[in-house]
Amino acid sequence: MSDDPFEAIKVTFFQECSELLGDLETNLLALENGEGDIETINAVFRAVHSVKGGAGAFGLEDLVRFAHVFETLMDELRSGRKECDDVTIKTLLRASDVLADHIGAAQGVAPPVDAARSAGLVAELEVLTHGQAAAAAAAAPVAAAADEDDFGFTPLTLDLADFGAPVELPSLELPSLELPSLDLPDLAALTSAPLAAPSAAGWRIVFRPHPRLYASANDVSLLLRELTRLGQTSVELDASGLPSLEALEAEDAHLIWTIVLTGDVSEAAVRDVFDFVEMDCDLSITALGGAPASVEADLPPLPVLDAAPAEPEFDIAALLAKAAAPVEAPAPAPVVAAPEPAVVAAQAPVAAPAAPAPKPVAPAAPAAAAPSSPAAVAPVTIRVDLDRVDRLINVVGELVIQQAMLAQRVMESGLARSSDIALGLEDLELLTRDIQDSVMAIRAQPVKSVFQRMPRLVREVAEMTGKRVRLVTAGEDTEVDKTVVERLAEPITHMLRNAIDHGLESPEEREAAGKPAEGTVRLAALHRSGRIVIEISDDGKGINRPRVRGIAVDRGLIAEDAVLTDDEVDNLIFLPGFSTAETVTDVSGRGVGMDVVRRSIQALGGRISISSNPGKGSTFTLSLPLTLAVLDGMVVSAAEQTLVAPLSAIVESLTPRVEDIHHVGGHDAVIRFRDEFVPMVDVGRVMGFRDDATTLTGGVVMIVETEAGSRAALLVDAINGQRQVVIKSLETHYRHVDGVSAATILGDGSVALILDIDALVTAGRRKSNRPELKMAS
Amino acid sequence: MTKTILTVDDSRTMRDMLMLALKGAGYRVVQAEDGVHGLEVLRAENPDIVITDINMPRMDGFGFIEGMRADPNHKATPVLVLTTESDAAKKQRAREAGATGWIVKPFDPAKLVDAVRRVAA
Repeated sequence: MSDDPFEAIKVTFFQECSELLGDLETNLLALENGEGDIETINAVFRAVHSVKGGAGAFGLEDLVRFAHVFETLMDELRSGRKECDDVTIKTLLRASDVLADHIGAAQGVAPPVDAARSAGLVAELEVLTHGQAAAAAAAAPVAAAADEDDFGFTPLTLDLADFGAPVELPSLELPSLELPSLDLPDLAALTSAPLAAPSAAGWRIVFRPHPRLYASANDVSLLLRELTRLGQTSVELDASGLPSLEALEAEDAHLIWTIVLTGDVSEAAVRDVFDFVEMDCDLSITALGGAPASVEADLPPLPVLDAAPAEPEFDIAALLAKAAAPVEAPAPAPVVAAPEPAVVAAQAPVAAPAAPAPKPVAPAAPAAAAPSSPAAVAPVTIRVDLDRVDRLINVVGELVIQQAMLAQRVMESGLARSSDIALGLEDLELLTRDIQDSVMAIRAQPVKSVFQRMPRLVREVAEMTGKRVRLVTAGEDTEVDKTVVERLAEPITHMLRNAIDHGLESPEEREAAGKPAEGTVRLAALHRSGRIVIEISDDGKGINRPRVRGIAVDRGLIAEDAVLTDDEVDNLIFLPGFSTAETVTDVSGRGVGMDVVRRSIQALGGRISISSNPGKGSTFTLSLPLTLAVLDGMVVSAAEQTLVAPLSAIVESLTPRVEDIHHVGGHDAVIRFRDEFVPMVDVGRVMGFRDDATTLTGGVVMIVETEAGSRAALLVDAINGQRQVVIKSLETHYRHVDGVSAATILGDGSVALILDIDALVTAGRRKSNRPELKMAS
Repeated sequence: MTKTILTVDDSRTMRDMLMLALKGAGYRVVQAEDGVHGLEVLRAENPDIVITDINMPRMDGFGFIEGMRADPNHKATPVLVLTTESDAAKKQRAREAGATGWIVKPFDPAKLVDAVRRVAA
């Protein structure tokens, strides 16, 4: 992450985009399934709107343009001006795909957007928004409107319509009106005083706030302050409209301000000051014109008269004309505004209307009365940097180790198991385990983030293969460690492609087989005995066993006369080198075979298998550990080294008998296990802990199963017990070691290597046991 | 005294942008993610100025401003509305709900701070 805060926000933006795209997809699919309502459409609108907003901030023009067209259609839908029919939803789904492409391209993680595809969708969206004929014509203005500066206005036109807005009338009846207080001679004097240069141009601003102006928390003193920033000002307050105190309504507006602003200021700048309030006041801005000395003479024909006909009930011009006659009643004294404190002082009566209303409102009421949809309470979450979580996990790992060490010391000290210390330690162990589980739960994430990406993939693959596919997902909320979630996407993608491309038949074939033309692919996640299981099933034709068998024979993977069960035939597709040119297509090909999928699953400590029912479909099942941070292991020793074997791989352990061990071809030792012969792997030797041959019957044998499903017998000196260990990467602290997947620290503080069963078995085959191995007699 | 600004926006990007610009201008910034949350934070923090988005889940900006104006403590607190729409109808709605002014997205920090300064007492 960059130090530039703007860049950091950009990173946040793209993170947010991927979340928004997820929401978008979910909501569009809900609409597609007829589960949506107006709030669903609103949510889609908001997602696109947020993408557009952020994209605008970062100047991502292409993305803004596309999002804008998308948003415009959503706006039509949510306002009910356009019906949300099936065709529209299908288009929206494809539009969300292109939106994702735009985001990817803007982020620089994806190739530039296919311009033709994007333009095609823009056209489709516009047709839906405006109708066929209008779309072409409307396209240009819509885009232009987006770029329009909001602060733009037409100079010099006074919006008379504004004055036509309901004006506060009561003040008109007030007798104080008869006593015009505008002391014009004074005004002239005051105005000319600050005018050092007689040629300076300026503006006369007559400003009468409406009650709305105050109600929206605008403040006249702030507007005056803004004007003083533009140039020299003199301000006069006409408080003659102010009723007597007892008649005063706190929230009414009775004051009129006349500001003479001098300086080289454009009218736009002056209007800009009143930008927020121009609809909530009567405002006239007229050029002072000529020398300030002419102010008095110019006064009667003030252009403000033009505005007068619009509101005869309250005639500022007439009032001003009256005021022109010298009156010796300077009731509320005119105030010079140039020094700021004076403005604030003059502001005092104005502040009152904005003050809290006399009728108090219960503070809780607004929330209850507010038009919020009673949506489900959003889950309370906090966002934590992953590094912090990992640090916590590490420390808890240390805690677990320390606790185990302490327990071991106490045991060694000869304390009775029933002693208080031993009992206390047991509680500590339970607590430690609890803490560890809780910490692991922090990293757990629902597989939803991966599942959400799949509908798009399915749509695209369906389009490319000309098949009709419905994707059904289940168990999206199933949680698994974050690292596992991230690495699930690729194998699932591959298997879904495979299921559609190879599993499902074409609509015609399906109909001929008496199936619905639309095929179903099901993607499900569930927890099963401490592992997460992902199932991908289709209702296609199933595995063509004779063909698979033929390929396997052709590729030399199996002997021509091999006797295989149906299951074994099905699982041949996972063998390296099975994928052939014949079966590679645009879609599932890409030169990656199912063996690669299997390897990536195995790298996560998982397994994959397939079961198939000819004519009915196939199911891929992959199971993965829930976390990659702890492991249930069997602690063993070989050649005086302590090692840990993953418990999940161990089938059984036994003490070998001489008569069960056989040598095949004088080289490889095998052991009879039940009704099969299993190759033996002398762990101490294969790991290079010792060179000398050893008796094969001195120790203990663990029958293990590799991820490929084959078995091997690991020969070790002794089994020391089973325990949960914290996985520590060996690569980060040392380097990769063949046959070892990671390391851990045991209760006595020693480092133990965790065996990589598959690698060990493979290594065992290479470094097969020698014929000179002595047999124990 | 440092002024406190409450920003209400469902987009994290936008909240971060506002935070960056306003903190840079010396304001203290508190945040909320939607209208309902906004009203809660409003009561807890008593901000001097509020900046709110319009399109938000649970309670939109209009609802938030109306709720805010119904609270005697915040009748006179300035509210700026964030809007991408140059559409006059949107602004009119916001005004009717009691908004003090508006900021057009995308905003540059100077424009934002200027708008805030204009309504800040």
